[in-house]
Amino acid sequence: MIGNKQGFDLDHLVHELKHYLPSQAPLKDFIHHNTLHAFQGDPFHTALVKANRIFGYKTYLNFGDYQQMFHDNKISREVLEKVIRTKKGEENMTYWLSRLFEARELNYTAPRIGSLRECWKEKYKFDLDVRVHPFLFRLLASYLDQGVSVWNFPGNSKDFMKSLRDLEKKSLIGLLKSPRAKKLLLTPKLQIEKLLEILVGDESLFETYTFDQQFAHPGWSGIVSVIEDNPGTLLDKRSLSLVDLIKIELLMEIDALDTHFGEIWAPLGSKVKVKPPQLFSPVRMTKNDELKEIWQEAYEWSYYDQVICALKNQEKNKSVPAERQFQALFCIDDRECSIRRYIEQTVPGCETFSTAGHFNVEFYYQPEHGKFFTKVCPAPLTPKFLVQEKENKSKKKRDFHFNRRSHSLVTGWFLTHTIGLWSGIRLALSIFKPQMNAATSSSSLHMDPAASLTIENKDPNHTVNGLQVGFTVTEMTDRVEGLLKSIGLVTDFAPIVYAIGHGSTSVNNTHYAGYDCGACSGRPGSVNARTACFMANHPEVRKGLAERGIQIPDSTQFVGALHDTSRDEITYFDTAVLHESNKALHLKNVQAIEIALDKNAKERSRRFESISSNADAKKVHRKVKTRSVSLFEPRPELNHATNALTIVGRRSFTRQIFLDRRAFLNSFDYRVDPEGKYLLGILHAVAPVCGGINLEYYFSRVDNHNLGAGTKLPHNVMGLLGVANGTDGDLRTGLPQQMIEVHDPVRLLVIVEHFPEIVLRTIKTNPQTYNWFEKNWVKLVACNPETNEFFEFRDGKFLPYETVQDYTETVSDPEKLIMQHEDNLPVFYLKQNSL
Amino acid sequence: MTVVIQLLVLLPLLGFAVTLLIPQKQEKLIARNTVLFIILHFLTLCVLGFFWVKNGFEVINLKEITLFKSVGYEFYIDFYFDEASFVYLFLGAFICFLISQYSRYYMHREEGYKRFFSTFLFFYSGLTIVVSAGNLETLFIGWEILGISSFLLIAFYRNRYLPVKNAVKVFSVYRIGDVGIILAMWLSHHLWHENISFIKLNNYEIVHEHLAQHSWIGVGISLLLLLSAMAKSAIFPFSSWLPRAMEGPTPSSAVFYGSLSVHIGAFLLLRTYHFWEHQVSMRVVVIIFGLLTAILATLSARVQSNIKSQIAYSSLAQIGLIFIEIALGLEILALVHIAGNAFLRTYQLLISPSTVTYKIREQFFHFQPREKTIEDSWPKRLEYTLYILSLKEWNLDNMQYKYLWNPAKQLGSKLSFLSKPFFIGLAVLIFLSGLVLHFFEDKVPVNVIRNIPLLFAAIGLLFVLKSFTERKNVFLSWWLIVFNHCWIALAVSYNEHFGFTHHIWYLGGVLVAGFFGFWILMRLKKKERKVSLDQFYGYSYEYKRYNIAFLLAGLVLAGFPISPTFIGEDLVFSHIHEDQFLLAFCVSLSLIIDGLALIRIYSRVFLGPFIKTYDGIVKRNA
Repeated sequence: MIGNKQGFDLDHLVHELKHYLPSQAPLKDFIHHNTLHAFQGDPFHTALVKANRIFGYKTYLNFGDYQQMFHDNKISREVLEKVIRTKKGEENMTYWLSRLFEARELNYTAPRIGSLRECWKEKYKFDLDVRVHPFLFRLLASYLDQGVSVWNFPGNSKDFMKSLRDLEKKSLIGLLKSPRAKKLLLTPKLQIEKLLEILVGDESLFETYTFDQQFAHPGWSGIVSVIEDNPGTLLDKRSLSLVDLIKIELLMEIDALDTHFGEIWAPLGSKVKVKPPQLFSPVRMTKNDELKEIWQEAYEWSYYDQVICALKNQEKNKSVPAERQFQALFCIDDRECSIRRYIEQTVPGCETFSTAGHFNVEFYYQPEHGKFFTKVCPAPLTPKFLVQEKENKSKKKRDFHFNRRSHSLVTGWFLTHTIGLWSGIRLALSIFKPQMNAATSSSSLHMDPAASLTIENKDPNHTVNGLQVGFTVTEMTDRVEGLLKSIGLVTDFAPIVYAIGHGSTSVNNTHYAGYDCGACSGRPGSVNARTACFMANHPEVRKGLAERGIQIPDSTQFVGALHDTSRDEITYFDTAVLHESNKALHLKNVQAIEIALDKNAKERSRRFESISSNADAKKVHRKVKTRSVSLFEPRPELNHATNALTIVGRRSFTRQIFLDRRAFLNSFDYRVDPEGKYLLGILHAVAPVCGGINLEYYFSRVDNHNLGAGTKLPHNVMGLLGVANGTDGDLRTGLPQQMIEVHDPVRLLVIVEHFPEIVLRTIKTNPQTYNWFEKNWVKLVACNPETNEFFEFRDGKFLPYETVQDYTETVSDPEKLIMQHEDNLPVFYLKQNSL
Repeated sequence: MTVVIQLLVLLPLLGFAVTLLIPQKQEKLIARNTVLFIILHFLTLCVLGFFWVKNGFEVINLKEITLFKSVGYEFYIDFYFDEASFVYLFLGAFICFLISQYSRYYMHREEGYKRFFSTFLFFYSGLTIVVSAGNLETLFIGWEILGISSFLLIAFYRNRYLPVKNAVKVFSVYRIGDVGIILAMWLSHHLWHENISFIKLNNYEIVHEHLAQHSWIGVGISLLLLLSAMAKSAIFPFSSWLPRAMEGPTPSSAVFYGSLSVHIGAFLLLRTYHFWEHQVSMRVVVIIFGLLTAILATLSARVQSNIKSQIAYSSLAQIGLIFIEIALGLEILALVHIAGNAFLRTYQLLISPSTVTYKIREQFFHFQPREKTIEDSWPKRLEYTLYILSLKEWNLDNMQYKYLWNPAKQLGSKLSFLSKPFFIGLAVLIFLSGLVLHFFEDKVPVNVIRNIPLLFAAIGLLFVLKSFTERKNVFLSWWLIVFNHCWIALAVSYNEHFGFTHHIWYLGGVLVAGFFGFWILMRLKKKERKVSLDQFYGYSYEYKRYNIAFLLAGLVLAGFPISPTFIGEDLVFSHIHEDQFLLAFCVSLSLIIDGLALIRIYSRVFLGPFIKTYDGIVKRNA
């Protein structure tokens, strides 16, 4: 840990810094992750208190918020009492209850971070950050810039320090002002220690000082750290390191101080009378922390309890349609939760499943004419395969408003006189008749449905850049087998099985990557869906599958598709391969699904202020589509907001329960996987992916200033890498306010339909996965599928869970209820008019 | 016709007033009201435009009402419409209509929805008044409204540090522009011995006749107007404020700093063109500054790595060219250019977040490692030097501090003795003796009397400097400003004709606002104990009413056109003789710093990150 007395260790410091800095990738690769990943070694609540004391993050809601929710019945008294009973004992009930309701929000005491560097202001009356930050950010942005500026950073093909030295040496004015700083910059092997010696003096303060300095602008430091570790995240490569950043910043600080005071100022260390606390020394828990913990748990369990009650008390309806009209595989994404419900409602003879949206095929994808490869599978995987798009005939739209030449003097003059007036008309059109155009980020652009894909590999030597082009038959069989077995679809195949990936369409949305499929590394799932279906339709693969015990009738065909979650549109791929009989069936299905999509759009619209949900579903759907391409609409969809659950189990387990688009659903049949072999894979993905999404929403919601990106309305794009407020701000990490404002900050509850002992054994197999559950970053409940008993995972064991609530309402007209409310709805049973 | 013009000017103000009455929660009503008034305004404009076209594009002039009249002085409101007015009015109505429609959805659920729309309408009112003004006084009313609404829009996210800091920065530059107009009014008053209307300015013979006798006054007026135009349009050396103004929600940045607000300087030049078109020196100066701006801004635009600054600078480069076009007498070309630039940059700013999607896609399919630019062919030394200079925005931002604000601060810090009771007592004594002396004016030698106004104005200036640089005591700072006005009044009263009624006009508002503001500060102090100027306190987070009330008091004190003090200010200047240049300088400097000190007090106490952190800590560079 920081502050060991053995002297200054740069490598150790950099390692620690990288650990704690935000690890958010540049915008194009935005992927949800646990914002406080650095604290994941600690149990959830401990970590939250620590993060608050050390970095000043707000990690819970305010007391006032909890108390308000109690009054609004969002936190139930019984659950609250139960939490107190478990944590503090029945005898202390009255004491804690009164404390909970008396508690008032205190102002945060100043966090540890930044206290040392605060001395510049206190002791020197000098505002160092104001002098250094704007130009430092400007330098970084200009060097890293991926294509905003017209005139590139001179020598940006060299590494950062070299370019800076070049600029300093070969220009007439130089970057820095003071002679000493100038000289230091040009020193060939410049040591950080030397700079710190000048600035701070006292070696025992070096680490704290550097932490303070870098956490004064976590956004920029974070992105530098990410780029250093993963240079491939920039298409236009750059080479700079966190150490370079620290160096140049220290130099600029010396420069600013020299310029202001002359070279005679004393190092900071000499003026510090009382040493600042060690950053990571133990943190003291206060009573308020305990109160927050109780409130938060009561808040969470008030919801969890509803869900478990509904699951537990449902009438087991084992009847499955005898004749299946079609089956559809969706992504586990919470946004697919409701469309499945509507499809099942519209077509009683259908069956839906869900699995991670890459459909168990992992590869890099290269669109036609693309100069790069895009990874389309969960972020931690490193695929060995490449799928290329061929014969893409679609044309890319262009827009002169993004053209660099509009910024030049002479061309600009001509443009303003000519096309400038056209911009006025465009402006009016974009407001009164929003349409898809070059500015739109559309899921359909990922792949041209008419193009072909190089999915099958017949010659393993066929490689590009070390990646095998396509999959061999065995490789394909493995993947399809894994896919089908993990979701428990091994018998009773319908004539058509759809694999439906998802993506999103939006405009003016810098966080667009976060709207696409997380399991496809923030890309639409179209290529994966199409690839998986090609494999499953392959005769050789079918043969192989039969050998492995999965008999797919010849009449069954797989069709890939893409669901656009903001527009509620589904595009189907390769329907030409369908048999005659299936073709007719497909048309029928498409019509039915269309109705379901209308209804789904209508349900989603209940949260949209600008759309009246009372209108006819078709009409509402049209408006929802327009919304997705409207420049002025900061919320094309609400993405993962309100997510709170992951349910791993059969569809019959959840089919009659209304979960209000709050659940990630993962199909899984314990009978197909008695040993938990596939379950391991599922949980291994669910914890970091769904848990990551959930926690990013949690932290962005409770501290939108520091852990979220603040309101997106004033955001300014910096070098295509990130966003900042205005022109001089730090990069903003986390989610903007518009994404999280309706989110309820509760942890993810994972419910697994399998025997608790199997679940326990499974999660313990993988320490990383186990950590998520053990330290309570996600909550876990197992349901014994035979006895229908529920078990809560606590302190490393599964303990029986008794629900507080014992009754769940059945709603006969859910549509009406849905349309009348804007807020989260309680869990209820859907009246089964079919089945 | 009169009614149409009255409607045209009053509708936006009326809309503004109505918006203020709507409860905050009524988003739909607020937005509809805004859009409705802009549409009504647009229709009125069409009627007026129709008359104008029907009458063969003849200039329309309307002398509206006289607000104040005394011997040798008349303050009246006057309206004037020609092609420049109509281009700006139509442009403004069209863009504001679209943007209000846009923001209706865009701003949904944003804290300050109502504040946004009311400020928006207030801005629109200011714009309308500026472009339809028929004399400098009327124009100045609109000019001040533009300034303060810009401040409020930039500081829209008032509980963050950077927006507030940049809003103050922009306001400071605007203030320089304001003084340009005040002094221009002062000089032209002495040139014409009346508040000249633009229609008379366009009369070549009258202008020529007057200028023949006082050519230096003519040059002075032109240069002062140019100064104002430059400040408002971010012309070199004021350029650096423009990108920093991009702190508000994107549509407001688009409409104000991308298009309408930033072209107002050009409008001022167009409006006064006939006055200075025969002054070759002035035209040369305009061309030089236009050209400098065009070149420097283009270079800066080329190196910007963030999209909004890039658009700001490329817009600015075109405004430089527009200035040149105006100086060359190409009015129509300039107007087309203004419209085109306004549309182009507004749209570019609105779609700026989409740049990521578009450019990343473009790069994905058309990537060339390191594209060559024209600069690559230059000698390295030149390339690197220009790059650094452009990146540092030609040090314009630093220079403002170095040559303007820091010297003022240094001077102010030398004045710390002023806060000692002894000196305060002394000042009161001098002030009182000044008053007494006023009654025995006849007995004092003329030489002494001549210099007394300057002495008092200088003392007033010292007071306001101290106020501006006071680091802690907000009450001291506040009262020094009030006191400064008294010094000015005393100083001017030694010039003839400045009688008792004049004092009432001038000081009435000042004193009321002074006590009112003081009362609010006291209340706040009682509740929160900590009210000081040493940092931003952000009390608007909790004290929304105090915030508005104090802002109003501050505006009155700053001579903002909502109280008689505004007319009083003009009166003061009309009583400074044309040979009392130093006095005029002192008084105008006082007024600049007055405004700055007030905005500083307001910002420090009510804006910026809230000191109570129960809702999370707001980082300074967030």
